[in-house]
Order: sequence, then C-alpha cells, then structure tokens
Amino acid sequence: MSEAPRIAVVVFPGSNDDRDAAWALGALGAEAVLVWHGDEALPDVQGVLLPGGFSYGDYLRCGAIARFAPALAAVRRFADAGGPVLGICNGFQILCEAGLLPGVLRPNASLSFVCRDVPLRVERADLAFTARCEEGRRLVIPVKCGEGAWFADETLLAQLEAAGQIVLRYDGDNPTGAVADVAGVCNAEGNVLGLMPHPEHAVDPLLGSGDGALLLAGLIDAARARTAVAA
Amino acid sequence: MKATVLVRPKEGILDPQGDAVRSALGHLGFAVGDARVGRVIELEFEPKGGDPKREVEEMCSQLLANPLIESFEVEVA
Repeated sequence: MSEAPRIAVVVFPGSNDDRDAAWALGALGAEAVLVWHGDEALPDVQGVLLPGGFSYGDYLRCGAIARFAPALAAVRRFADAGGPVLGICNGFQILCEAGLLPGVLRPNASLSFVCRDVPLRVERADLAFTARCEEGRRLVIPVKCGEGAWFADETLLAQLEAAGQIVLRYDGDNPTGAVADVAGVCNAEGNVLGLMPHPEHAVDPLLGSGDGALLLAGLIDAARARTAVAA
Repeated sequence: MKATVLVRPKEGILDPQGDAVRSALGHLGFAVGDARVGRVIELEFEPKGGDPKREVEEMCSQLLANPLIESFEVEVA
C-alpha cells in the first residue's frame, strides 16, 4: 500500500470547519495539510478541500473576497491541471464567486440559519467524489448555513442539467430554498465539486450519520490515484 | 473623485430580505406592497484615466455586484 494521499485544507481568516475537515480526512486514511490563505503555492498535495466558515467575515457577499487569496490562485492552477477540489459550504460559495463553479449562493429563502440533517439524492455516481455511491443513493448529511440557497437563472440551470453538472439534490426537504433543490454542483470537467451540506460532520454513525464519509472517501480515492500516477 | 454605486437584486429574483422588510412595515400599519433591499457603496478613487464612470462599472462587474443576481447603477460626482 502506498503512503497516505495528501490533501490540502485551505484555511482562510474566518474558516471554522478546517479542523473538522482535517480530522475527518485523517480518520479516512488521508493526510490533511493545512494551507494558509496567504500561501502562494500549494505544498505537495494530490487533492484540495475548501472548508466551511465565514472567510473574511463574508463581507460584501459570501466568498466574494476569498477569491482574491493567493492560495486560491494556486487552487485554480491545481484545478485547471485536473486535480480534485472539493468545496464545502463557504468553500462552495468561494468556488462559485471565483468562477470555478457555476451559479451563486444567496441567503436562505427563510432568512434563518439552518442547522439540521437533510436527505440528499446522488444524481450522478460517475464522478470521483460520488464513485462510492450509486446513482439515486440517499445520503443524510447535515447543513448549517445562512446563505445556502444556490441560484442560477433558467438558462444556466437548463445548461447545467443537460450537462449533468447537478450532482446532489435535496431529497424532499430543501432547507435553503435553492433552485431545483440543488445541494451540490460540479464543473464541466467534473474535478471540482461544491456542496452546501457538510460531509465532514457525517463521518461517524455515532454522531448521527456516516454518509459524508462516502463523499470524502471519493476525494481521497481521487487523490490516491494521482499519487499512483506521480509515482 | 467620488462615486456612488447602487447594487440591487435583479428584477424577478426572489428577495427574502425585502419580503421580511415588507412584512415588518405591514406590522407597523404601513400598506407596503413590495420592498426590495439593495446596497449602496460610496467610493473615493483616483481614475486611471479614461472614462471614470466606465471604470466604476468595471469595479461593479468584477467585484461589487454579482451579475447573476444583481444589477447596478453608477453615479460619478
């Protein structure tokens, strides 16, 4: 067995799920490497995770300022080279504002912060991130956000639906008011995924659900595959 | 040079904040049919040369507004 794949967890001022994400990756067999937002290059890693939180205070719009972080330029280069990038919650918002993912996250339709387990449906299982699931698989993963309502206008949504870029949908309980019940989208190439629910908070059935581990393990598998290529 | 930027939710985009404001005004006895909440940004800047209004519009499309959901108006004084 090769050594553990290394996955960067980018820490912005205001990130608050970076430690949980790093812990979850470690528990699932990866080595998490915390990367400061001011770093201009990524260390030797095979995957990247942008964690949840409130980067730069979410000033202006959530994720709008974080896209200027030097580390994000490095993440963009990593993604352009085909590296797997997973954005969770604020990480998803950042990827949208940075143009790495389509759409935008808006305040929840209820205007309330929501924090609860929600059922999700896996819409496609041929991505690295969802390879451990089958299409139609139901996952229970918690959301905790105030600005989680993913939005795209009708034209963009139709394009994304046709291209199969809607990866995860809320299944019967849409906690944010996201259009078309969208909980997670990927880029056209499929190597960048963003989602509002928090898989890192669902890696141990003792805490309610272990379903998040399936998505994180997908990221780790993709990172491991890149280690094998490099070796 | 000074500029004022008005950013507002695009027409047709659901504005939950505006709805909350409308409902609160209703509680105060005002008959408000619709409320939309936007944002005002006041800038003091040194134009790079060229049309300063165009320059502020460039700031809007690159950062101050998200074109997917927001429209903007620029006033340069």
